[in-house]
Amino acid sequence: MKYLEEKVMQFLMIGSTLVIVGSLFFIFIVTLYRGGGTIIRQPGIILAAPGPRYLLGGGGGFGHAILGSLAMAIPATLLSSLLAILIAVYLQPDYSPPRVSGMIRSFLDILWGTPSIVYGIFVLTVLVFFHQRGSVMAGIIALTFLELPIITRYIDESLTAAPRDLKEIAYSMGLTRLEVFRILLKYSASGLVAGILIGLGRALGDAASVIFTTGTASTIPKGLFSSATALPVIIFQQANSFYPSVRDHAYAAGVFLITLILALNLFSRFLQQKISRYRIQESK
Amino acid sequence: MIKTRNLNIEYHSRSKNGVLALKNISLDIPKNKITVIMGPSGCGKTTFLKSLNRLHSINNGVKVTGRVLIGDEDIYHPRHLLPELRRKVGLISQKPVPLPASIFENVAYGLRIHNHISRKEIQKTVQESLQRTHLWEEVKSRLDEPAADLSLGQLQRLSIARAIAVNPRVLLCDEITSALDPISSEKVEHLLLSIKEDYTIVLVSHILRQVKRLADYVIFMFFGEVVEHGEARQMFDSPQNQVTREYIKGAIG
Repeated sequence: MKYLEEKVMQFLMIGSTLVIVGSLFFIFIVTLYRGGGTIIRQPGIILAAPGPRYLLGGGGGFGHAILGSLAMAIPATLLSSLLAILIAVYLQPDYSPPRVSGMIRSFLDILWGTPSIVYGIFVLTVLVFFHQRGSVMAGIIALTFLELPIITRYIDESLTAAPRDLKEIAYSMGLTRLEVFRILLKYSASGLVAGILIGLGRALGDAASVIFTTGTASTIPKGLFSSATALPVIIFQQANSFYPSVRDHAYAAGVFLITLILALNLFSRFLQQKISRYRIQESK
Repeated sequence: MIKTRNLNIEYHSRSKNGVLALKNISLDIPKNKITVIMGPSGCGKTTFLKSLNRLHSINNGVKVTGRVLIGDEDIYHPRHLLPELRRKVGLISQKPVPLPASIFENVAYGLRIHNHISRKEIQKTVQESLQRTHLWEEVKSRLDEPAADLSLGQLQRLSIARAIAVNPRVLLCDEITSALDPISSEKVEHLLLSIKEDYTIVLVSHILRQVKRLADYVIFMFFGEVVEHGEARQMFDSPQNQVTREYIKGAIG
């Protein structure tokens, strides 16, 4: 009987894994098939700005959205990483009493789970209050809100997981709190990198917070306060098009997004491998 | 060299309030000798050791009362600066912990923070420290590699090199051979014997044979109390207390 249970559970585990991995693989292949061909046939669409009748089947590409995405996601990630490191260090028992840090942690977890459209509406409300129009800057602020809880909790967890012995030995060397945490951050660097890149990935892939705050411009963004658009937003518009050629562009943009995320992941693996050389192996 | 007077340490936690881990300890630890604190597990040896460089201050809920004097200074006096105290009183932990940095940087880091000296002098001091810990020949060709690549025995000697680089007066050693194989342990023991003229070494150990090999002065602890302390020879040849006698005979602990 016990043996049967083992067999059934194993079957369910392997089955679920196959279903999920299979569907993801299917999505990946379809995107690659429909978008990849388009990119190979017309590589120019990655860089080109859309023409006047782009969404109606006219000429042009979605370069403005790629530029917009990068111009918002990268500064937002830098900004939130900086804040996240400060908050995560403050959350450690060396700086804050457990009751305070516990409260802040649950608050961050709630923010993490908040749908990004809420940040979008919030920033929009502020914009309207100050009689401002949607801009790259407003998008950066919304994405910073979106990324901050994710990156903070990642860094917080990896700092908490750093060995107690290391902290103790660092203090016993006569280091100040700040110096101790410089060492701990270095030790936890792979968690830090993972958190930052996951935050960046979320920012690149988010449409809801951008649509309200930055808009759906169809021109190359000119500066911090010009309106712009992001890749996921343009994918939504392209995919809604009546023209098959435009719908193919949606897949092409999808391929570009997937490739970007894949490159980020590989980059983070590479960094983590380089950093983890300094960690003592568990087997010792 | 080190004097403790009525030293009490209490652990407070949310579930239990006030567990007295050390009871009223008053004793003198001689200068530039190896003093071994022996006793069974959980009797407060490590707690006592950590009170000598105020390492309890990094945990909430540990209450230390009484006085600890190193030289003539009361280290629990509020005016006493922790970084300077801990430079003078180094700690080597049970399990060797390398800083996430190169072999060279592990020894140089403390120097950069405490002793404001030139690059050349840092290099010289690092080399001297590694030579004193008999590690130089083994690592001189790979100083820039991660310290984590060293074997456990080498790491423990690196920990000692890191501690002595900043020119301390006291070395606190918390069962520093317990994670090592017999050959590495022997090397570390030799090392301690070879540097003991220059440092006041306080070693925690629960291996009786090791105590006999190393100790000049012995403190015997049992359930948070110091049962007996004295010169090693006298402690082993004619212990005064019944419990000490039984511990040394191997009947308890």
